[in-house]
Amino acid sequence: MKVKFFPIFLIIIFVIVFLIFYKGLQNSNIYTPNTLIKKNIPSFEAKTLRTNKKIDSKNLFKENEFYLINIWASWCIPCRDEHDFLIKLSNQKNVKIIGINYKDKNENAKNFLKELKSPYEVVLVDKDGTIAIEWGAYGVPESFLLYNKKIIKKIIGPLNKKSLFEIEKLIK
Amino acid sequence: MKILKFIFAFFIFMNMSALNAQDKNLHTKITKNLRCLICQGQSIYDSDSEFANSVKILIERKIDNGENEKEIYDYLIGKYGEWILYDPKFSKNTYILWLLPVVIFLIGGFVIFRLFIIKKN
Repeated sequence: MKVKFFPIFLIIIFVIVFLIFYKGLQNSNIYTPNTLIKKNIPSFEAKTLRTNKKIDSKNLFKENEFYLINIWASWCIPCRDEHDFLIKLSNQKNVKIIGINYKDKNENAKNFLKELKSPYEVVLVDKDGTIAIEWGAYGVPESFLLYNKKIIKKIIGPLNKKSLFEIEKLIK
Repeated sequence: MKILKFIFAFFIFMNMSALNAQDKNLHTKITKNLRCLICQGQSIYDSDSEFANSVKILIERKIDNGENEKEIYDYLIGKYGEWILYDPKFSKNTYILWLLPVVIFLIGGFVIFRLFIIKKN
């Protein structure tokens, strides 16, 4: 009996292509770059929200200390949702929260903090969004946990119970 | 003398606008090859999202600072990974992407050859 290789070969190719696309369907559409984990923090200069003083990032972070960088804006609704978690975290002594105010009006940002209480040690102003790019962020809210001037965890989107628990576990 | 001054000013002005056009072309070329990470299916050039606008400002600044195309791509790959490029480099993660069209083309050619040319003979 002569075996017909050609149709079998075509079917195999078809099945392989089908499997590749089927697997692709199950992948998440949200792209999360993991290139930044364990990388050194970027260096940048920014003005503070309150005093309008220029700060160099080199003088901002100390060795052997935990910092949480939180990128936020007063116009961002999920930032309101995560604010309670940030306040909770600010009660912890071994982490300092530094805010980066993203593409916002200073007045609105100040009112936001007045209304909801500020969890931040210092708030830096990022008027054109370029400092957020230095951090590898692409929107608000986004948070980075730092230790020894290195990024050890990145949270895309608002903080929630789960991410807060993970952060608390890491900083213990 | 006045004419000389005028010609000199005109010459400088022409050069400046040529330089600006060159920078603008480079800016367009780079932003068209960058993927907007929060708006799928659009390039940074096409998108008007907050993220895309910030990237455009950053690239403009980098071009003004004299950085070349490769340096700007490398900087952005460092921040966001190679996914940000529409035209990814050939590496162990992308070889299927580059080779698959060639393989499919060869298989297609083989199929046509088998079905039509050999049968005819």
